[in-house]
Amino acid sequence: MQTAISQPVERENYLNTKYGVWSWLLTTDHKRIALLYLLSITFFFFIGGFFALLIRLELLTPAGDLVQADTYNKLFTMHGMVMIFFFLIPSIPAVLGNFLVPMMIGTKDLAFPRINLLSWYLYIIGGLMMLHCMMTGGVDTGWTFYAPFATNFTNTKIVEAGLAIFVAGFSSILTGLNFVVTIHRMRAPGMTWSRLPLFIWAHYATSIIQLLGTPVIAVTIVMVAAERALHLGIFDPKLGGDPLLFQHLFWFYSHPAVYIMILPAMGVQSEIIACFSRKRIFGYHFVAFSSIAIAVFGFLVWAHHMFVAGMSVYAALVFSLLSYAVAVPSAIKVFNWTATLYKGSIHYDAPMLYAFGFLGLFTIGGLTGLFLAALGIDVHVTDTYFVVAHFHYIMVGGAVMGYLGGMHFWWPKISGRLYPEGWARLAALIVFIGFNLTFFPQFVLGYMGMPRRYYDYSHMPEFQVLNVLSTAGATVLGVGYLLPMIYFLWSMRYGKPASDNPWNAAGLEWKTASPPPTFNFDEEPVVTWEAYNYDELDAPHKEEVPVAR
Amino acid sequence: MSEHAKSSPLKMYFGIWIALLLCTYITYKAAFIELGRFNAAVALGIATLKATLVALFFMHVWHASEKLTKLVVIAALFFLLLLLGLTMTDYATRVWS
Amino acid sequence: MPDSTVIGLQHEEEHHPELLHHFAEPQQQRDAASLGMWVFLATEVMFFGGLFCAYLIYRRLYFGDFAAASKSIDATLGATNTAVLICSSLTVVLAVWAAQTARRTLLISMLGITMLLGLAFLGIKAKEYTDKFEEHHVPGASFSFENVEIPGHPGQFANPRHAQMFFSLYFVMTGLHALHMIIGLGVFTWLLLMAWKGRFTPEWHTPVEIGGLYWHFVDIVWIYLFPLLYLIDRHP
Repeated sequence: MQTAISQPVERENYLNTKYGVWSWLLTTDHKRIALLYLLSITFFFFIGGFFALLIRLELLTPAGDLVQADTYNKLFTMHGMVMIFFFLIPSIPAVLGNFLVPMMIGTKDLAFPRINLLSWYLYIIGGLMMLHCMMTGGVDTGWTFYAPFATNFTNTKIVEAGLAIFVAGFSSILTGLNFVVTIHRMRAPGMTWSRLPLFIWAHYATSIIQLLGTPVIAVTIVMVAAERALHLGIFDPKLGGDPLLFQHLFWFYSHPAVYIMILPAMGVQSEIIACFSRKRIFGYHFVAFSSIAIAVFGFLVWAHHMFVAGMSVYAALVFSLLSYAVAVPSAIKVFNWTATLYKGSIHYDAPMLYAFGFLGLFTIGGLTGLFLAALGIDVHVTDTYFVVAHFHYIMVGGAVMGYLGGMHFWWPKISGRLYPEGWARLAALIVFIGFNLTFFPQFVLGYMGMPRRYYDYSHMPEFQVLNVLSTAGATVLGVGYLLPMIYFLWSMRYGKPASDNPWNAAGLEWKTASPPPTFNFDEEPVVTWEAYNYDELDAPHKEEVPVAR
Repeated sequence: MSEHAKSSPLKMYFGIWIALLLCTYITYKAAFIELGRFNAAVALGIATLKATLVALFFMHVWHASEKLTKLVVIAALFFLLLLLGLTMTDYATRVWS
Repeated sequence: MPDSTVIGLQHEEEHHPELLHHFAEPQQQRDAASLGMWVFLATEVMFFGGLFCAYLIYRRLYFGDFAAASKSIDATLGATNTAVLICSSLTVVLAVWAAQTARRTLLISMLGITMLLGLAFLGIKAKEYTDKFEEHHVPGASFSFENVEIPGHPGQFANPRHAQMFFSLYFVMTGLHALHMIIGLGVFTWLLLMAWKGRFTPEWHTPVEIGGLYWHFVDIVWIYLFPLLYLIDRHP
């Protein structure tokens, strides 16, 4: 890799060890695979973002005057499908997880490197299928493709979209499988479970969900495809089928899926908060076990998406109660992160700005989830913009900010370069402002009664002001997302070379070069210290303030 | 995998095989006997016994050197029962259907 | 630049040719492969689980219609298929034992017989599907299930629409199972080729073990499918 700044002969690392397209496309190095994922998911992020832009443009005016109703249905469907299945679910695990899991546990690669490569190819195949589907008409059912509309009445390309998601789901399952086996079997000597970074605990819990949940939506897709293509109607009301059965099976995966999307970001959060408070995470074991608790409890609550769909009200009571229970481990994490900040030595580098954003926005998103878990409230705000705002606070305010924070934190390790800190802080601020301007008005809109998935709200023109604010916010948010793209690329050529450990952070990944050699460590590490040993790291230079420069 | 083939496991394998065939025969025959509500219970009970024999002895879970194997099996069963059971709470309490 | 084949090894011993470089020793690689297959089987449990869930719901709702439909599929063929798969599970454990004890001929023959039994299973399934096709029990435009009595309720006839639901589930569940059998046959073809070339030793025969685990799992699924689909309410 060329450098614009002259320096002594560059060490061999995973980036420059071999050149050529095939050395990347046939790599089994988990770090290169992580970068392959990085390029792919960034591509799909912009596709999904493009659809979001069109949605927000349509909603600038009460009348449905930008696109037709059918087109609008396709826009929000494709936005959801692309963002969820091709951006959010892979994002942190496939990029940061793939890159860091072996390094954090002190080993050379994941347990199954070739399966790791296969995961990426499956993701690409699924992505290409989805692209083809979108370019030849797309799907208009909402990302939730409920029966019987999706099975019996729509003539959009459900089977193709379903198969694309099936293939991408298989990719997700294999990634989870790789992580579970790696974490169990390949930890370095001395790396006990209690010494693992919380990032690893979070990815372990995420993998459990990926493994046990994804197959259920996979078989549901098979059933939908069988119904459409082979007339084997399992959800067909004409045969006595129950459309609610589809919803049960769909949400059995799709609710735990939201925990697939947030748990890795919580893992990132723990790493960043510890480093930039120069403190061990408060209540390490509570945070670790809360990840497992979220993974298990997350499977108990799915029918809270179906409260008004016609399910038994007694079952709804049970699911409502369980939904309150699932909030507890998440709350435990928020309390522990906050307690970590207390009496910490806080540094406001860009990763920490994203972490602060996460802390507040995830809390708001999570609390509004509790509002929705209450049956009485849910009856009024379900299928309104309140729900849309709720999940975007968690998915975007939480997961995406966690992803960006993590990308900034580990960028020096991944690329061997420092990103420009000034621009990064500015971008974080723009993202935060843009995000809140986009989505806070949507809470109000939903509470006031604006339904979701409507392209025309001319029956209630008083919604326009808030919609205009939301669209303005979306524009700002878009700028905020573009900036890191630009300066990360810039830094690969012009950024200052990074040392092994520019943040003076704890963790095995910081004990090797930036960028790391192909096999991660020159010698297998032997761990004799606890996680987050910041007191030891800072002891030699208590007077100094550890910064990246 | 650990060498537990010191004393020949062949007798055990053939024994389990005979047991499985026997259970299949019993299931088949019992289905033609009027047992009311217990037909389903008998059929599923025998199926579970057969599945357990295959898992414990053919798949070597009984002698598994790793506790983790047993944990994975239990976890899979737990989540399957969760899917079946919690979904049934809806269908079993829909008093209007 | 460190030599990639040396990194990670704490001791200077010649390592097994099958040892992959990112593992420290063969036992670790074996344990990883075994855990990987067990975790994969857990995902398969959930995959079939969705169908069992659908089946459970509808059987409870439409018991009589399901019983009538179940009676129209051949329980003797189903029982035979169950016995075929049980025998194939035996040949699989014998194959693993043969690999453990360096009995190459036995290994090859056991793998081969397993595959033949698998093909027999698929053959019987094909016969069953053909029967259903001829009786117009395949869901779709030409489905017909008129005037079939509900077992134990003379004079009451099964609802053809609910019967069609049974057959939808029957074809998806047994079809998916058959697909897994076919994949299993593919895996065993590869195992047979490797065994023929003498690649398996008592020290390393992991593919036989984990291929065997997969085959047993497919057997277990059928162990449940048989009574659930074929034996709902058979008493006269």
